[in-house]
Amino acid sequence: MREITYRQALNEALAEELERDPNVFLMGEEVAEYHGAYKVSQGLLERFGPRRIIDTPISENGFAGLGVGAAMVGLRPIIEFMTFSFSLVAFDQVVNNAPNMFTMSGGQFNVPITFRGPNGPAHQLGATHSHATENFYASVPGLKVCTPATPRDAKGLLKTAVRDNNPVLVLEAELLYSSKGIVEPPDEELLIPLGKAEVKREGSDVSIICYAQTVPLALKVAAQLEEEDISAEIVDLRSIKPLDERAILDSVAKTHRVVIVEQDHPFCGVGAEVCYRIQKNIFDELDAPIFRVSQEDVPMPYNERLEKAVLPNADKLVAAVKQVCYT
Amino acid sequence: MTAMQPAEQRDEVEMLSLMLLIRRFEERASQQYQAQKIGGFCHLYIGQEAVVAGAVAAVRDDDYIITAYRDHAHALARGTSANACMAELFGKETGCSRGLGGSMHFFNRQNHMYGGHAIVGAHVPLAVGLAFSIKYRDEDRVTLCFFGDGAINQGSFHEALNLAALYKLPIVFICENNLFAMGTSVKRSTSLKQIVDRAEGYDIPGEIVDGMNFREVRDKVAEIVDSIRKEPHPAFLEVRTYRYRGHSMSDPASYRTKLELEKYRLDDPITRLRAQLTREGKLTNEQFDLLDKRSKEMVLASVKFAEASPQALIEKLHDFTYADGAKP
Repeated sequence: MREITYRQALNEALAEELERDPNVFLMGEEVAEYHGAYKVSQGLLERFGPRRIIDTPISENGFAGLGVGAAMVGLRPIIEFMTFSFSLVAFDQVVNNAPNMFTMSGGQFNVPITFRGPNGPAHQLGATHSHATENFYASVPGLKVCTPATPRDAKGLLKTAVRDNNPVLVLEAELLYSSKGIVEPPDEELLIPLGKAEVKREGSDVSIICYAQTVPLALKVAAQLEEEDISAEIVDLRSIKPLDERAILDSVAKTHRVVIVEQDHPFCGVGAEVCYRIQKNIFDELDAPIFRVSQEDVPMPYNERLEKAVLPNADKLVAAVKQVCYT
Repeated sequence: MTAMQPAEQRDEVEMLSLMLLIRRFEERASQQYQAQKIGGFCHLYIGQEAVVAGAVAAVRDDDYIITAYRDHAHALARGTSANACMAELFGKETGCSRGLGGSMHFFNRQNHMYGGHAIVGAHVPLAVGLAFSIKYRDEDRVTLCFFGDGAINQGSFHEALNLAALYKLPIVFICENNLFAMGTSVKRSTSLKQIVDRAEGYDIPGEIVDGMNFREVRDKVAEIVDSIRKEPHPAFLEVRTYRYRGHSMSDPASYRTKLELEKYRLDDPITRLRAQLTREGKLTNEQFDLLDKRSKEMVLASVKFAEASPQALIEKLHDFTYADGAKP
């Protein structure tokens, strides 16, 4: 048993995959000599050298496209976006080139690329730097999207992403880089499949469906609710696409009440898709309407008080749970 | 096209034959488009044949090539059969991209033709990625990246040139300057007097060649590629050419004069190479007529092949979204 940070877990995943497969390389802004804007690539330049740990100019479209081209001929690029807010500059490469290539070429060219970096609102970064991009990218056929919330999931999902033969986005939680958790020792191979949710806490009265930064929030709220005799089950999606529909339905069939807490915006957000699938498949199992807690539908304000008002928080989540539990 | 010959041995008569095949293919594609057998957008290469023929003649068959959406010729030049190309236009499963790509997305993995890309400028970073892999693997291949004059004002183009120069990658950026980005002339789109000067901004050596002259294109590309194989670096070639047809099938090209078109037609790349070979006693009129007849027959047969090919299966609709066949 050992506890490491989310940042260290990602670092181990990178190092292990670089070690395992000579086709893997890491490229992005400040990944080499600066050791990563969030220090995720600490020590990798020294260990693997500048051929495989590559600093780029500030040209997201350019280096994302370079990665896609390199993947077409069998390399396995890991492209770091300093934040997924900047991936929007490379939207054409991530949305038009990476996932379309396999179809457009009639199956001749798959694109085994990993795009990774912090995603979602952090703290007072303002509207341009606070994007939660999971719902944009999950809507694109050909992409896979995962959102680890714990160090263990971060390591296991990133390693799986690098080995996947399709473009995979690993959306890391910016606020969780320093959070700690138990992870298997480095000599034990840790791979967590894409498309598998995990029940992070068992419960019987209500299912709280969450991912990324909303997982620790949901766990905190579950502890609080227990004091009020409400037993909440916490389902961490871990992957947005593929979505583990089975795990969602199993939990809801048990509790009959659902709150989805997501870090993106409400309109066409991840929760909308989850909600649709629940009512379509097990309408009769529901004892109450499904509630969603998400960001408010506004660009992110800088002001700290307003930012807090935009984000999901414990009060909003508790209120939603009480509404679906009719208490 | 015969496959896998070293560049220096490529026969000029065969390359003339390729240029004829491209022209006859495009003429037939135009006719089939008008007959509504071909859907979507369709951009013809007629007039520009010497560019791809000259460039491909100067490289090895295992060098990488990638281009934009005016791509039929590049696929044919890389040994993709007329049958597979026409079937792709017809959207059939026997097409070079299984009928899933269409006119703008021709691919041939086996022959190192990496597409067929329809967002202007978006494939230039991909080309740099191909070149990156060459250097990463310490190979002596070269990447040829074709694009039109319209691509040079796109951000992705600039980012890609900078990256190629920064990492010293083995790539030739080949700008097929046909004077018009759709209906906008270079004069109205580009702040430079000549396109090749774009390269200077990235410290990439650049040259201009006459794209209506097969030999000039071939010899210049060969010289550049030779230098790249000795020491990897990017290079830029502005190839001055002209398309006889509009931007796409729906474009009557009323933004230019008949006089201008006639001027270029007099400088036709096929006529010119034919004249050079005839003058040197390497080709008789009878031989030329035979080559042309063969091209026409091959293309006609490709239409029959495409028509006879079975329709794509709806049952396979989800088979080409994820490489592992996943259906999330």
